Amino acid sequence: MKLELRGITKRFPGVVANDNVNLSVNTGEVLSLIGENGAGKSTLMSVLYGMYKADEGEIVIDGSPVAFNSPADAIAAGIGMVHQHFMLVPVFTVAENVVLGVEPTGKFGKLHIDEARRMVREISDKYSLDLDPDAVIEDLPVGVQQRVEIVKVLLRDAKVVVFDEPTAVLTPSEIIEFFEIVNTLVKAGRGVVFITHKLKEALHIANRIAVLRRGKVVGEADPKTATESQIAEMMVGRPVQLTVDKKLADAGASVLQVKNLTVLDADGRTHVDSVSFEVHAGEIVGIAGVQGNGQTELVEALTGLRKAAGGSISLDGNDLTHANPRERHQMGMAHIPEDRQRQGLVGGLSVAENLVLTRYHDDQFSHGVLVDWDSANTIADTLIAEYDIRTPNKETGVGTLSGGNQQKVIVARELSRDLRLTIAAQPTRGVDVGSIEYIHSRIVKERDTGTAVLIVSTELDEVMALSDRLLVMYRGKVVAELDPKKVTPMEVGLYMAGSRPDSTVQA
Amino acid sequence: MSIAVETVAPMLSLEQRKRARNVGFSLILLALISAFFFSGRPGDAGFKLVDSFTLVLPSQPFARVLAVLLGALGAVQLYRGFGKWTNVVLAISTGAFVVGFLAWATSGGSFNLTGMLQDTVTRSVPITLGAIAGILCERSGVINIAIEGQLLGGAFAGSVIGSLYGPWAGVLGAMAMGVALSALLAVFAIRFRVDQVIVGFAINFFSLGLTSFLSQRVLTPHPEYNIVKPFTPYAIPLLSDIPVLGVALFTQTYFVYVSVIAVVLSTWFLYRTRWGLRTRAIGEYPQAAGTLGVDVIRLRYRNVWIAGAIAGLGGAWWPIGTVGRFDQNITSGRGFIALAAVIFGRWHPVGALTAALVFGLAEAIQLKMSNLDTGIPSEFLLMAPYIVTLIVVAGFVGRSRAPKAAGQVYEASK
Repeated sequence: MKLELRGITKRFPGVVANDNVNLSVNTGEVLSLIGENGAGKSTLMSVLYGMYKADEGEIVIDGSPVAFNSPADAIAAGIGMVHQHFMLVPVFTVAENVVLGVEPTGKFGKLHIDEARRMVREISDKYSLDLDPDAVIEDLPVGVQQRVEIVKVLLRDAKVVVFDEPTAVLTPSEIIEFFEIVNTLVKAGRGVVFITHKLKEALHIANRIAVLRRGKVVGEADPKTATESQIAEMMVGRPVQLTVDKKLADAGASVLQVKNLTVLDADGRTHVDSVSFEVHAGEIVGIAGVQGNGQTELVEALTGLRKAAGGSISLDGNDLTHANPRERHQMGMAHIPEDRQRQGLVGGLSVAENLVLTRYHDDQFSHGVLVDWDSANTIADTLIAEYDIRTPNKETGVGTLSGGNQQKVIVARELSRDLRLTIAAQPTRGVDVGSIEYIHSRIVKERDTGTAVLIVSTELDEVMALSDRLLVMYRGKVVAELDPKKVTPMEVGLYMAGSRPDSTVQA
Repeated sequence: MSIAVETVAPMLSLEQRKRARNVGFSLILLALISAFFFSGRPGDAGFKLVDSFTLVLPSQPFARVLAVLLGALGAVQLYRGFGKWTNVVLAISTGAFVVGFLAWATSGGSFNLTGMLQDTVTRSVPITLGAIAGILCERSGVINIAIEGQLLGGAFAGSVIGSLYGPWAGVLGAMAMGVALSALLAVFAIRFRVDQVIVGFAINFFSLGLTSFLSQRVLTPHPEYNIVKPFTPYAIPLLSDIPVLGVALFTQTYFVYVSVIAVVLSTWFLYRTRWGLRTRAIGEYPQAAGTLGVDVIRLRYRNVWIAGAIAGLGGAWWPIGTVGRFDQNITSGRGFIALAAVIFGRWHPVGALTAALVFGLAEAIQLKMSNLDTGIPSEFLLMAPYIVTLIVVAGFVGRSRAPKAAGQVYEASK
């Protein structure tokens, strides 16, 4: 089967998400579609999968045009999709999820669940996916959930399988398993579209690479000859530096001391389990781990958004276990939160208002109970210029900016004062490559002025590149302390998955 | 998607421990009430079971034994807990406590226990049917606060159409009215994406206002439109000859039998059929079903309509199953009690039936009490079913998990 997209254009109010896109994929090959967040990859795939209707252009299968009005049409035409956020009902079993929509049934729509189990087992054995049809989805690790998605697609006999950012949630060893599965699929005569923003992975697995920028295909690359920086330049439109440029850390006195910190959620489940560590002035400590292993709760406890159930936190020797967020802020703690829309910014307020959100009550910005907008606006102008925030003006609603510029607003607000400790969670999630470069350099600069920095990221490459010292969290515990210069991503990945390689170098 | 941190430790969670402790204290509280309050009235209490047999309980000694028993159970619960038996112990203890209460209230007299049980089952009908309506909606991701309005509309239509064309036509008319009101909910909640709780409340007030207006302006001057011949109890051959249970369960109107069938059928459909699998899927994670080609919107519409028909049937119970006429606000909040039964029953029809029986019992006791001379003000007795609702939802249920997507607007691509 040959699947072609010809001249696809999709417009949303105010933006052209896809602009005359031409792409083709054959069975038996892997096409990697690479582009930054917001480049239009997901929109394009929604068009292909019948979730959006293209304004112009057509989808062509083996030479004849087809029209998809719903995912059901796309499935019938042999297209399968594994979404970035898995489309699995968490309380259902594997078998129930797999057959949903194509249930084997008898009289009165009676479900033949034994038949469903048999179907899952058959496919799972054929592709050696090792799935238990009766396991409940919410009890399964992410890597296994992804295999359930793959079985779903195979059961519907998809000729072309689209994977949307499939590796974002996987550990390094799961990624390797995933690539094996992709190879099996290709050998079995299926086509694969692999959507990603990770250059290394595209180069590793793809037969062809297509690069998307601002809704347009800006070129194709041959993975055999292309380099990472060439593709990155195509993605961004200018040369970018992919590695973090930093000197050796000059660590000073201990700034943050965390002792036996335990954090529970509202249901009383333990998310952070008696964690102890220190962060020194002038060093970057990174926390690696698969998402959902307690990093979010740890950061919330450190910044005062969540109560600590046990243990203590102190900054420069002052205990602030029970201090509120503003007190912590005033003691020199900065927080770049992982969810910038919900915790970092107020979308409806202007750029200027967001820039003084943590300081409007300082004497500098207030006359008694009134905000001194003159000085707030002055500082906003300075910060917009200094941090290269691309905004029409300072009165623009911050919610209308791109992800990268929103993140720069937060970075500007948090880092533009004298700090003792900076805590950054997922500082570059959903941020374009150009802004990543800038934010990383800003964080390193902050370290070089003697601030203690704690970075939490699920992007292993990012924490390994930025950190001077690396901690790995697994199921709420710090399971390893490593020297990022002396370990490989594979070894860190094993710790992230909860196993303990005995040959690694302990820092 | 994030993976939850698994805490596989066999230890009880904080919440479970808290709940275990609360249960222990509740048992002790019940024991204290038995000891100091129920033992305050001397005399024997007669519970008439069948015409030829009356069970006699000496109320004072019974209350004392009960107090000791409940106290002991409470102490054991606090000391080491009953673990998975907690709910059973709690149910039995509460049942015994209710008997103790009845013994205290009846002391020196007697009352018809079998009749009260029969009444319990009868009164659980609209609550059961209303709860099934709620379950069908919420399982498919639409919150149905409008059960009360659907019951009331059904009651009105049932009475008017039943007066004109006979009780069977009345039942059909009530169901049609339920569908009409639920279609309103469906259009606003699904199509126009209005907040489902607000639409539900609007429908409740709309239904109350409309039926009250029509009742005053039409039914009062034309009483011939408001007189239905209600169904009479049908005794199932053989089964109705069983002592006590025969009267309580098998000498009832069609409504009771139909609501049991509704419970069985809805359970079977929800858990054993394609329709059920898809319904539960769109109530938990509609995008998952949508991306597999399931038409989420159409399935939600269909479920809400079916729910409306069932609620309308529940409404028909008032005119056609009991009094033979419609009065303003005749449902008096049973729809909200049905909503509580949905939660108490953990979104499962059988659970909802159990809950409805508990609420039915509360109503039946309240009715009996107002006939006995207990000294409890009748206004207080009228509150009983609602107090039971509060206690049950707050205390017994603990934590139950609602369908995740209930109340959320479905966006095809997210």
